[in-house]
Amino acid sequence: MDFGFQLSPSSAVNLDTVDRRRYDALVQLEPDALTCIGCGSCSATCTASPWSGMSVRKVLLGLQRGRDGEVDRMLSACMLCGKCSMVCPRGINTRQLILTLCRLDKNGEVVR
Amino acid sequence: MRERFASGFDPFVIPFLIGMFFVLGYCLVAMVRVIAQLPKDDRKRFLLSLIKPKYIWMNLRDIFLNCLIHVKLWQRNKVLGYMHSSIAFGWFMLIVLGHLEVMLFVPERIHLFYYPIFFNYFVAETESTVQGSLLMFLMDFFLLMILSGIVLAVIKRFASRIVGMRRTTRLSLMDRVGLYSLWAIFPLRLLAESFTAHISGGSFLTIPANWIFRQFLGNDLNALPTWWAYSIALMVFMCVLPFTRYMHIPAEMLLIPMRNAGIKIRHPRKGFASLEVYSCPGCGVCIDACPMSVQKVNCKDATVYLNRQLRRGDERRIAEISDKCLLCGKCSAVCQVGVQGPELRLAQRERRKYALSPAFAGLDTAALVSAAASGGGPGKVLYFQGCMTRLTPSIRRATTSLLDKADVRWQLMDPDEGLCCGRPLMMAGRTEQARELIAKNREIIRASGCDTLLLSCPICYRVFRDEYALEGVRVVHHSVFFQELIAAGKLQVRHEEGLRLVWHDPCELGRGCGIYEQPRQALAAAGELVEADRHHAESICCGGSLGSLTLSFGQRVPMVRNALDKLTAAAPDQIVTGCPLCLATFVREADRPVRDIAEVLDERS
Repeated sequence: MDFGFQLSPSSAVNLDTVDRRRYDALVQLEPDALTCIGCGSCSATCTASPWSGMSVRKVLLGLQRGRDGEVDRMLSACMLCGKCSMVCPRGINTRQLILTLCRLDKNGEVVR
Repeated sequence: MRERFASGFDPFVIPFLIGMFFVLGYCLVAMVRVIAQLPKDDRKRFLLSLIKPKYIWMNLRDIFLNCLIHVKLWQRNKVLGYMHSSIAFGWFMLIVLGHLEVMLFVPERIHLFYYPIFFNYFVAETESTVQGSLLMFLMDFFLLMILSGIVLAVIKRFASRIVGMRRTTRLSLMDRVGLYSLWAIFPLRLLAESFTAHISGGSFLTIPANWIFRQFLGNDLNALPTWWAYSIALMVFMCVLPFTRYMHIPAEMLLIPMRNAGIKIRHPRKGFASLEVYSCPGCGVCIDACPMSVQKVNCKDATVYLNRQLRRGDERRIAEISDKCLLCGKCSAVCQVGVQGPELRLAQRERRKYALSPAFAGLDTAALVSAAASGGGPGKVLYFQGCMTRLTPSIRRATTSLLDKADVRWQLMDPDEGLCCGRPLMMAGRTEQARELIAKNREIIRASGCDTLLLSCPICYRVFRDEYALEGVRVVHHSVFFQELIAAGKLQVRHEEGLRLVWHDPCELGRGCGIYEQPRQALAAAGELVEADRHHAESICCGGSLGSLTLSFGQRVPMVRNALDKLTAAAPDQIVTGCPLCLATFVREADRPVRDIAEVLDERS
């Protein structure tokens, strides 16, 4: 049957197979992450965004969707300028959230 | 003077000798270790400085003024100054005069360490001479001075407000042992010398005390036990000294020459950092100074406690304290020893391990470089807004408008997009990554060919000034630049009578770069300048600092309110600052307009 559109299997996200260990560990360490409403203020102000598409909102979303490569690419462009924490309407300490995330390895363990 | 004992020895000196050899040995080993831990070039620099006459003079002067007289503490609080210098200088004089007595009366005993300390036990006065009674008088005088200091110390411990401190340090167990033995030493000395004063002679303090004691005791049996007690108190103090805050006494004497030689913290724990930690006297002046202390829960995160945890090696607390700090630098500004709290914390942050590190070397900045090259040129001012100014565009508009009014030719370094200056990365301890950003930015500045780099953000200003090595380019903060334009008559600012303005010294501009007067002079042209309750080097951080990694938005609010309270003490009409981050932080909580200096000047020109 033709619905006029189709799902592309390559980019479909199967939430059952997503490894959420990193996100779960982040939420444990920075419970603030749960309060994100995805408003995109951080995306709009991000200094690194024009260079890499960095955005805390997308990082959090990507973690929950298992888009690990994209998340790492974005994180490695962050200049920690702190504008995102200044504009966040939920008062999330995004700078610390990013630093904590950078300290987690693939298994969600804090590197020592 | 005649010796009472041919052997010149009594078993009661043994505890003192044990204590003294222990503490001397410990300090010697510690000193060698600290020097050995310095990086090679630092070590060479330090050792060379020790033989240069200029440094020798500087070191002696600083050690005398800081360790003995406590000049900085006097300037801060006269009661605390007297308390510390009476004990330190008085004790020093007792030791010096003791040696003088031995040299004068029994020179053959000078090689015995304990003789100058227990002189009055070992000699009997045969005739009173002028030098003899002068020395006795001085000994009693300095003992009285120390005792007055001890009385103040006891008062301070139990009612710190009387001596002008709101909060004082909570002592650890070892510190208590050290403190109580220190308190015991001098009253015991007074007792011991008083009991033997009719034999050894004495002066205005010991002779009357001796007379009183003899009225109801009537014999000399109490003399020896008190000399034992005095010796044991000395032993206890010297044996616990390395494990207490009193380690600052020997440590500071090494810290001062090292600092004079220009040594900086290069390792989070070893070498100069450990020396700073041990030099902390634990006085707690930093607790009241810390902007975080408005909330009691943060009092344990002051620099004095960081130093304590670094000595204990409690990694969890070290990380917690290091990451919380706003890096405003006020603790260093008020510390009489000059412990660099922010630098110590940054060194801990640099040590942290990350699974993922940003990389900026590969960023393609060709478009920015070519834009700067085409628009710049000698004689032009390159204006870098930086991240924070881009978030507060009114500052950029006011700044560029002022530049136009003064006929200054300018070029924007980051019109639509730009890089961060690198300072926030450095504050998070990611110095290597910051260097990559610095290299990228330097390329853009060099390509522009401009000879002045203008910054409207003190965070950027500090890093451009200190880390960029831009020879031939003048790095200047906009408040200074506008003050110069006003002074040169290129910018006319209307003075508004009755407009009360208060200047908030941003941490990075004031304590960080030492710029206090130029912004005030510029503001004085626009209105009537009033001062905050705390200003210049004692200005209070706005609470929004990027220095703190872990403080949440809500936790900062009481600090912002406290800073605003102190700022508005003189009832100003407007609060003026030179930092977009301070501005954005204050605006949320202030009850009156908060403006950037560029906006205030632009409105009136």
